[in-house]
Amino acid sequence: MKKYTYTEKKDTRSGFGDGLTELGRENENVVALCADLTGSLKMNAFEDENPDRFFQVGIAEANMISMAAGMTIGGKIPFTGTFANFSTSRVYDQIRQSVAYSGKNVKICASHAGLTLGEDGATHQVLEDIGMMKMLPGMTVINPCDYNQTKAATKAIADHVGPVYLRFGRPKVPVFMNEPFVIGKAISLQEGADVSIFATGHLVWEALQACEELAAEGIHANVINIHTIKPLDNKAILASAAKTKCIVTAEEHMINGGLGDSIAQVISQNNPMPIEYVGVNDTFGESATPDQLMEKYGLNAAAIVSAAKKSISRK
Amino acid sequence: MPTISELEKTASQVRRDIVRMVNAVSSGHPGGSLGCADYLVALYQEIMKHNPSNFNMDGTNEDLFFLSNGHISPVLYSTLARTGYFPVSELSTFRKLNTRLQGHPTTHEGLEGIRIASGSLGQGLSVAVGAAQTKKLNNDDGIVYSLHGDGEIQEGQIWEAAMYAAHNKVDNIISTIDYNHKQIDGDISDVLDLGDIHAKWQAFGWDVMDMNGNDMQNVVDTLNEAKSHLGKGKPVMIIMKTEMGQGVDYMMGTHKWHGNAPNDEQLADALNQLEETLGDY
Repeated sequence: MKKYTYTEKKDTRSGFGDGLTELGRENENVVALCADLTGSLKMNAFEDENPDRFFQVGIAEANMISMAAGMTIGGKIPFTGTFANFSTSRVYDQIRQSVAYSGKNVKICASHAGLTLGEDGATHQVLEDIGMMKMLPGMTVINPCDYNQTKAATKAIADHVGPVYLRFGRPKVPVFMNEPFVIGKAISLQEGADVSIFATGHLVWEALQACEELAAEGIHANVINIHTIKPLDNKAILASAAKTKCIVTAEEHMINGGLGDSIAQVISQNNPMPIEYVGVNDTFGESATPDQLMEKYGLNAAAIVSAAKKSISRK
Repeated sequence: MPTISELEKTASQVRRDIVRMVNAVSSGHPGGSLGCADYLVALYQEIMKHNPSNFNMDGTNEDLFFLSNGHISPVLYSTLARTGYFPVSELSTFRKLNTRLQGHPTTHEGLEGIRIASGSLGQGLSVAVGAAQTKKLNNDDGIVYSLHGDGEIQEGQIWEAAMYAAHNKVDNIISTIDYNHKQIDGDISDVLDLGDIHAKWQAFGWDVMDMNGNDMQNVVDTLNEAKSHLGKGKPVMIIMKTEMGQGVDYMMGTHKWHGNAPNDEQLADALNQLEETLGDY
């Protein structure tokens, strides 16, 4: 069993900001737009180094998204930055028509996703964004798990031609990923034959903690990081499922429409078996610290351990 | 360069195309299309620097046009075809299964001349402003044009884009509002009055001009003058007075033909009023 440790905690949004800064130096076609949240999105360095390629749009997200679509005409690669809620539900029609249907090369970069936004509460804690974005034809949906993966994903999406939704978060979380990042390619972090745990975003670290707890009880989990929810790595999912015969999915998102739904589709059509879902169950969030919320809503290692045992019992 | 008389003849043919296209599928939006025929013909055949025979998405060093009120697609499709973007015969496929001429314009089917999907209102000004920003970044002296319905500016996003363009001195754009005073549910003054449309755009920091959109000479002159207003720190907005249904008497002076197609008898009546100048498709 591999041992995953960390020496520091960093926020995934800083991974985005640092990736964007490097892109600014490497690719002159990369431009960035922000709706009055430059500091929160960690876009300050890009702005400082590339004032001509940074576009402050004010509190006007609809204009930002459609403008980004227009900016692709002439070869620019726009990265938009605001909170996940304002990157998706607020501007869904703009994304649908001006970006997705029009096939524009826009990168929608969304911070403060999910419950770990914390004290600001449910108005800002979008838990439906993965579902909304994965329903759009041609949209790539990525939810990296730590600083390193977010930075790598930020750089990778600049080379991918087509619309992308990149989702990351606010709190400082363990930095532990060193595996290379390839869009659409799942990463197996722990090998095991008793249960498959497919996790995305902040829940990947929790899945690794759950794996250790399960191992102490003699249960061996195959932990797989699904950073790309669309296109989904069906091959990796089916190979793991064929071995373990039961599944847990884990995400900081609504169960309806999330990663678990996507995996259930693949499994039900190819190799039906028990699936347990760790996610938010049809409810809004609330104000509290991130840790308190993740515990209350069952989005931590303990919840994954419990789900794994239940899934195994249903084999 | 075509003469005013030649442009007027082309506009007459475009109007014939419009009523025939919507009649053939018993759907579509003839009213606003007829009203904007003179503007679009002037733009594409006299004003814009562009390359109809070799369309590419980026339009580098070309002028670009964005139709924000996508429901008047018939006038855009006809004008594009009559300007050489795609075969005129393709107009017969409008709104039919597997067509590139979708009910509302889209890039999705690869139709030459279309650079963005539109139909859901209020997005096109932002798109045009974005394209104008990229032209500035690329040191491309092409001009960006956009057209909007008057009812469309009830959408809040229009004013987001208006504020952005003025604040950022996007002065390589000439936008136009089709001010025919009508929307689907009736007169704009009854549905949701726009108030003093000139004062609003001026207050938002735009250089505002007036145009009679159904007088070809005035359209050409105003658009040429608008070009001379560019590069001076302000985006340009033309308030274009038109008559919905222009050219077909029974469609004028009412909002009834915003989104209704004429039947065969009505079509014959309309065609009797519109000279066939370039040959029907």
